[in-house]
Amino acid sequence: MAVKFQPSNWGRWVWAMLSLGLILLFDLLFVPGFFAIEIRDGHLFGSLIDILNRGAPVMLLAIGMTLVIATGGVDLSVGATMAIVGSVAALMVSKGHPSVVAVLLVCLLVATALGLWNGVLVAVFRIQPIVATLILMVSGRGIAQLLTDGQVIPFDDKALGFIGGGFLFKVPFSITLVLLTLAATALLTRRTALGLFIESVGNNGIASRYAGIDVRSVQLFVYAFSGFCAGVAGLVATSNIRAADANNTGLNLELDAILAVVIGGTLLTGGRFQLVGSLLGALVIQALTTTILTKGVPIEYTLVVKALTVLAVCLLQSERFRAAFRAPRRAA
Amino acid sequence: MGGPLTLDSPLLRMSGICKDFPGVRALDHVDFELLSGEVHTLMGENGAGKSTLIKILTGVYPRDSGAVKLEGQSIHPRSTLEAQGLGISTVYQEINLIPTLTVAENISLGREPTLFGQINWRAIRSIAEGAMAKLDVQIDVNQPLSSYSIAIQQMVAIARSVEIEAKVLVLDEPTSSLDTGEAKRLFDVIRRLKADGLGIVFVSHFLDQVFEISDRISVLRNGKLVGCFVAKELSRLQLVSRMIGKEETEVAKMADRKAKTLVPETGVPFLSATGIGRTNSISPLDLSVRKGEIVGVAGLLGSGRTEVAKLLFGIDKHDQGTICVEGKAQRLTNPRRAIRLGFGFLPEDRKAEGILPSLSVRENMMLALQAKRGWLKLLSIREQQQLADRYIKALKIATPDAEKPIGELSGGNQQRVLIARWLAAQPQLLILDEPTRGIDVGAKAEVEGLTLQLCADGMAIVFISSELEEVLRDSHRVVVMRDRKKVGELSGDDLNAQELMNTIAASANGG
Amino acid sequence: MKKHLSLLATISVFLLMVIGASLKFKGFFSLDVFVNLVRDNAFLGVAAVGMTFVILSGGIDLSVGGMIGFTSVLVGSLITKQHLGPGLSIGIALAVGSLIGCGMGFVIGKFELPPFLVTLAGMFLTRGLALIVSRETVSIDNPFYDKISAAKFALPSIFLVVLLVGLYLAHFRRFGRAVYAIGGSESSALLMGLPVRNTKLKVYALSGFCSALAGVLYTFYRSGGDPNAATGLELDTIAAVVIGGTLLSGGVGSLIGTLFGVLILGVIQTAIDFQGTLSSWWSKIVIGGLLLVFILLQKALSIRKSPGT
Repeated sequence: MAVKFQPSNWGRWVWAMLSLGLILLFDLLFVPGFFAIEIRDGHLFGSLIDILNRGAPVMLLAIGMTLVIATGGVDLSVGATMAIVGSVAALMVSKGHPSVVAVLLVCLLVATALGLWNGVLVAVFRIQPIVATLILMVSGRGIAQLLTDGQVIPFDDKALGFIGGGFLFKVPFSITLVLLTLAATALLTRRTALGLFIESVGNNGIASRYAGIDVRSVQLFVYAFSGFCAGVAGLVATSNIRAADANNTGLNLELDAILAVVIGGTLLTGGRFQLVGSLLGALVIQALTTTILTKGVPIEYTLVVKALTVLAVCLLQSERFRAAFRAPRRAA
Repeated sequence: MGGPLTLDSPLLRMSGICKDFPGVRALDHVDFELLSGEVHTLMGENGAGKSTLIKILTGVYPRDSGAVKLEGQSIHPRSTLEAQGLGISTVYQEINLIPTLTVAENISLGREPTLFGQINWRAIRSIAEGAMAKLDVQIDVNQPLSSYSIAIQQMVAIARSVEIEAKVLVLDEPTSSLDTGEAKRLFDVIRRLKADGLGIVFVSHFLDQVFEISDRISVLRNGKLVGCFVAKELSRLQLVSRMIGKEETEVAKMADRKAKTLVPETGVPFLSATGIGRTNSISPLDLSVRKGEIVGVAGLLGSGRTEVAKLLFGIDKHDQGTICVEGKAQRLTNPRRAIRLGFGFLPEDRKAEGILPSLSVRENMMLALQAKRGWLKLLSIREQQQLADRYIKALKIATPDAEKPIGELSGGNQQRVLIARWLAAQPQLLILDEPTRGIDVGAKAEVEGLTLQLCADGMAIVFISSELEEVLRDSHRVVVMRDRKKVGELSGDDLNAQELMNTIAASANGG
Repeated sequence: MKKHLSLLATISVFLLMVIGASLKFKGFFSLDVFVNLVRDNAFLGVAAVGMTFVILSGGIDLSVGGMIGFTSVLVGSLITKQHLGPGLSIGIALAVGSLIGCGMGFVIGKFELPPFLVTLAGMFLTRGLALIVSRETVSIDNPFYDKISAAKFALPSIFLVVLLVGLYLAHFRRFGRAVYAIGGSESSALLMGLPVRNTKLKVYALSGFCSALAGVLYTFYRSGGDPNAATGLELDTIAAVVIGGTLLSGGVGSLIGTLFGVLILGVIQTAIDFQGTLSSWWSKIVIGGLLLVFILLQKALSIRKSPGT
């Protein structure tokens, strides 16, 4: 049995489900035409599809981020990695490398290597994850900008454009990618002992080591994998705008990804993780943004709403907060 | 303060204390009383309610019902700060001080003396020097706390409490990290504080120390008060039987049973470590263990016992000497290699190094076995459940089911789960570091029994313990450590307390 | 003594950089350049003082950049659109900033929410509020302002004052000692009876105040406010604090170190300006590299420190 459906595992991502449900309910009642799905130019169109499509990069990031956070770490560099991947892809295409496969391979390799770099800093040099990934976050964007000289480089490649903008069986390809990545990750973590090891390392690294788990390898893996996911996300985002924008691609997306993971029920301190929860969390964020925009509310308010959402989720997940609402303390 | 001990005007009186947690009644109408100038020891197995009672007294938990009166006034401490303000001070088993701050800063933390509204650093220093001198400990108070040993750190914690001018001092297992010399010094201080009229609540597992220092002893069992006794009028056997609720004769029988199953084994050593050492940690020493043999490692605190264990298990790398397993030389560079060679290790500090608190009992149990198999071959759910059920029964682990997070179990049961973890991995050599530390008397006896059983079944065992009697009782041979050096090895007729103490003491005098 | 090794390293790097840059670029080693350096980074420095306290307590504050943007447009709008005097406007901005900081500190302390997420919310909130107040930059046309902007030593002096006050708080007030203690071991600090919740509230309020003040300094510096100002500055602030020797885990560090961390960041930017040909992305790469070096250094030092109990 891959996913363990036990009450102890339920509690957490139910909140994400509920939040998403609430938002969609709001949309149903107050936003006419939100749920309308029509077929235009042979593919599905509509607000719902929009949410899925736009949310794809964050969802991809969130999958990798979930595993990193489960080990008790965090990866702040995924946005920068997305930008670097975009720059590399655009450069390769503009310099005349027609083979899509080559571009994809190189990009994913670069992304995974960057993730591995983070992994080495954390696992071998034992640097705190916030700091270790902060380094790449800061310098990475600089590298991406350097590669493209700060310019936005458009490219016109049908195959690459398909990744972010194409449709497969009427469904946006980016969504398919998300689902594939989710399925692969779920299989990898639940059908092997990897999931257990990851949760173990996050819960108590020392005890895991003494019990014979190769903590170093687990950490190297999760960061490399996070880098890989960022690579896929970068390709999707870049392909979406059909250009490499080193200044803006992936900007602040790592924060959205972390938020998605937290909403989804994985604790920042590590341990048990919820992959599906993280995806739901990403959907919540995206649904929120789309609902607000569709309602005609100016963009700046989305930030305030996001802020309140983060706060609400944290409060709801906080033991202390919930305790304050239970039976009041009986003074003896 | 400091009047005659009268039972009508106690310093502290807790009556009818009840406390419930979800699913369990931790305290059931417990009474506890403390006179000023008295040492009243609180004893009981794990889960008996000792620490809950203490936490209610010190303001960590609110009580559900009952009364607490300090010097005749009813009190309701809602925080440790409030309790401190009322005069109730606690020194905990784990050093609850700030390791990054200096000794002097720790002693005055939160009550720093001020001069014209700002902190007076000179006063902080002199207060600290005075406080440590009172305890007869000479150290540089301007060094960070973390640069000192646990024993010294504990002294600083006690010094801090004394400085706070507590009326009631709660000492929660204060000697578990002190050696005999330091414990003695602590007791001198306690007696001094007694004379000053302080009331002292003493919580400990060490029977000898309890009898040495206590005026009265209260025993808790399953949340209820079994009885309050005058220490002088109680025998050890009586005390132990009260605590575990077994007949006195049965307890005596348990002790005998252990002695009988001891049978020495001859053969080629499973593990043979020659001249292994680690710079600045352990001087080169020899240690060998045969299959079916228990080799004890004894010594005072700081003698290097756990360090030796960590060297053998590959947690620390040895930079001198060689380790041979079944005759072949091996490079033990990390725990995984050790496990692959058939080793297992039960660490001393189960909270920090043993349990995965949020993971279930089942997951904790199968972890070492799974780690051995690698990440690819996951044990099926059925296999895992069978494993869990088997060991829960065999080791009598008190848990409603195997899915309960191990962090919610009592210390003794956590220890049993960890033992199960290693049994499941079927090692050929098991290193036990203080396996009976911090668990109740009943569980202690069972762990010892289990150890002897494993040995009889052919396992090689390294048994580390600070309780000398325990080590002597259960080992075929005992390696004696002192100041990170091996100073002797006892076996046969030499295996007695006197000889052991001599061996430890002899090297001390010799320098 | 070993405690100071980290600080010495920071100061050494700073000196090395200054010497290196002075040798390479003519005119680098001048009082004018130095004053400009401090002036350009004064608002970063003030924010870093607040951030140091937060990090020392074991937390983190991601709302710094957003707060700067928000208070800058707030001051700008109050002066230009509401025609309030500069003094009043600045006062209001500082109060609002402190209030937001208080709010974050309250929630972090009382409900034990992770500072990372709460201040992240703070970042979103302040950025959003900034854009709501004004979508575009607001320029300030006020005689008092012009005077301050012209005064070269105004900003550096304010930074210096904030630094000194910070030092006083850290070493001569119980609040400061509590901050160090909580960062060293929060659980122990609780048991020792320290007002942990209260201290955390104050720490984030202080950081909110410093960020707001940094925003005010920003308006002096640019004679106006910009809702998108200081995007990503929280990272620079954290970098300055870490390079300055404060451990991200808390409990260890000093404001003097932060001062030099800020100066180092300033030297890097100035050197790149002097170089002329290097694009400004290089500063990000260099800062990242420096961060790496310092982290590794801190690691190496801490391994040698504990004798192993």
